[in-house]
Amino acid sequence: MIKSWLSSVIGLSSAIGLSGDNALARSFQDPRIRGWLMQAAVLLLVALGIFELVQNTVLNLQKANIASGFGFLENPAGFAINFSLIEYSAQSDFLRAFFVGVLNTLLVAVLGIVLATLIGFSVGIARLSPNWLVARLAGLFIETLRNIPLLLQLFFWYFVVLQLLPSQAESLTPGGGIFLNNRGLFVPRILWEAGTFAPFCAALFASLVLAFFARKKFALEGWKVLAIAALPPLLLLLVLGWPLSLDMPVLEGFGFQGGISLIPEFIALLLALSIYTGAFVAENVRSGVQAVPKGQVEAAKALGLPSGLIMRKIILPQAMRVIVPPLTSQYLNLTKNSSLAVAIAYPDLVLVFANTALSQVGQAVEIIAMTMVVYLLISLGTSLFMNWYNARLALKERGVA
Amino acid sequence: MSMETYVKTRRHPALPPPGKATGLIGWMRRNLFSSAGNTITTLVCAAIIALTVPPFFNWAVLDAVWYASDGGLCRVEGAGACWAFVEAKFGQFIYGRYPAEEIWRPNLVLLLFFLNLAAVLTPRMPYKGWLAATLLFIFPMFAWGVLHGGKFGLSVVETSDWGGLLLTLVIALSGILASLPLGILLALGRRSKLPVIRTLSVLFIEFWRGVPLVTVLFMASVMLPLFLPEGVTFDLLLRAIIGVALFASAYMAEVVRGGLQAVPSGQYEAAKALGLSYWQMMGLIVLPQALRVVIPGIVNTFIGLFKDTTLVLIIGLFDFLGIIRANFTDANWASPNTAATGYVFAAFVFWMFCFAMSRYSLYMEKQLSQGERR
Repeated sequence: MIKSWLSSVIGLSSAIGLSGDNALARSFQDPRIRGWLMQAAVLLLVALGIFELVQNTVLNLQKANIASGFGFLENPAGFAINFSLIEYSAQSDFLRAFFVGVLNTLLVAVLGIVLATLIGFSVGIARLSPNWLVARLAGLFIETLRNIPLLLQLFFWYFVVLQLLPSQAESLTPGGGIFLNNRGLFVPRILWEAGTFAPFCAALFASLVLAFFARKKFALEGWKVLAIAALPPLLLLLVLGWPLSLDMPVLEGFGFQGGISLIPEFIALLLALSIYTGAFVAENVRSGVQAVPKGQVEAAKALGLPSGLIMRKIILPQAMRVIVPPLTSQYLNLTKNSSLAVAIAYPDLVLVFANTALSQVGQAVEIIAMTMVVYLLISLGTSLFMNWYNARLALKERGVA
Repeated sequence: MSMETYVKTRRHPALPPPGKATGLIGWMRRNLFSSAGNTITTLVCAAIIALTVPPFFNWAVLDAVWYASDGGLCRVEGAGACWAFVEAKFGQFIYGRYPAEEIWRPNLVLLLFFLNLAAVLTPRMPYKGWLAATLLFIFPMFAWGVLHGGKFGLSVVETSDWGGLLLTLVIALSGILASLPLGILLALGRRSKLPVIRTLSVLFIEFWRGVPLVTVLFMASVMLPLFLPEGVTFDLLLRAIIGVALFASAYMAEVVRGGLQAVPSGQYEAAKALGLSYWQMMGLIVLPQALRVVIPGIVNTFIGLFKDTTLVLIIGLFDFLGIIRANFTDANWASPNTAATGYVFAAFVFWMFCFAMSRYSLYMEKQLSQGERR
């Protein structure tokens, strides 16, 4: 008893540094020093691990006789890509192929985000409709599509639904130069007379900036903002004598010539991505709308607002604060999921670069790293933008300078 | 002005009775035809249902081929779903190319797994901690021993022969089991006060959350062999599982972090005041509360992972979806309906699993919030 009391006194006194025993043991009792020691140990371990990996990789690459470095980017790629937003041929270099892939990924991601938002908001609001049938159909849509893997849905759209489309000679067409068949969707292309496209873009940009600031400054209504944004570019077009013409797709011989052609892989991927993500967005929208206090809706009804206006002016602006954070992660998911393109051979970044180019060059480390960096940058950009948007929507409270 | 008063001499004709507010008619009036706009919407929806449901029903049930020894009947003009194809290939869909006489092994493993899991998931089960520890640490070794064989007189079944739903479950379950401890460590690291640990955890988590699983799998299949020293090789399945587990651990870390943040700071302070060390505080006070809160989140992560395992077919593993697709090329069963039938069957199976799990997660959410409800 006394012994243990004694030892605890000694322990205490040594902990606060009364007795002069070994300084090293004493400093190890200090949580701050212990923390630093542990961090140093972890850092050392991580560094050793990375060193080991790098060394193994270098050895393995030497053994397999694989070059390293980014010199290969200037070599001709030697493969064709059937869908590209920029000039590309088999003689173009790997860097160009890389950018073709990046642009194709961005194209399907941006269009997918727009479509998924439209689908998600419509279905999410329909889920809460007072109409029983609409609410049930929306619920069925959400519960079915959220619980089936995206890859399966993608295969279904591509190998089952799009296979049902007619051949080119029997294209479905609503008129106006739009054709849908098993080779894709063909739409007219707008042709600009030489030297008119750049001024138009400049005018459009200027009027958009003007409209943005006018809206902030004068609290204008929606249609006035739209008018400010749209009128100057239209006037410019009139002044220039309407330098636009349409390049219609025409069936000639074995295929359509002219216009813009969207390959079936693109359509299937876009449909699958936007519908799958739309179902998730719908669920976020539903929970966001339900998070708006009931008193808000009742007050709006008491003021005599029609239900459409209640949704637009009262519910959604408040629900957006709840919706935006999960919406951000849905957008990120959609962008990352666009890499499933590789399964149906839509030439996105993964197919063009991490698959075709990789099998030609064999430099796995550089190519996979470049691919991952692109996705990381896209993710970073999207989160930064959505964080900014979220901060803008956030409730402005008193007392916060 | 005369003092005339207006006195009614005849009974006022009776007003029509108000519309029925009860029963089927009343219900329809309230919920389907309450206004002109509502009526139009109802009719449009009814039209959509009338246009889509009967053809699908015809295809899936009335015109379907239920029994056949080959695809001949499915190739007939106007034939519907080829369910006979699913029936004929059912064993392959579940076990892949696992030898037929050894099928008791995956059956045993799956049975024991679900028994163990059910025991862990049942509320108020005694010895829950031990059961969970068994599931996390002992069961995976046992499962590997039985499925792969080579010990106790069991013949070796190479992982390249594993397939179908078995492979899907193996990848998803080992992914989630491996990601749970790793995710907890990462979440603790992310909330640590030590700057080096925190930075490393944040970098790790944000890296894996920022890249798509497809690139992770590509990395696991082509880059991982380069990282390993000479002579060490992992088979493709193990590489895929490593990729999936690293990927899932980042998401798991974020889920667990949510739980850690939900534990009131008084709990941390009380633990420190009692003189508990960091690991005692976390292990005895904080994590038991935090993990309880995030069970629904863990289940949701698992649902996502379960759906994402289909991506392994891109690197050449035959999971459930992969093996179904591989069977489309069987000339015996080739027909215009085979692919659609296979996809619908796969969708149904995935849907059942995911829907059941999401309902369980909702149920747990209700159970867990019972304490807080007043």
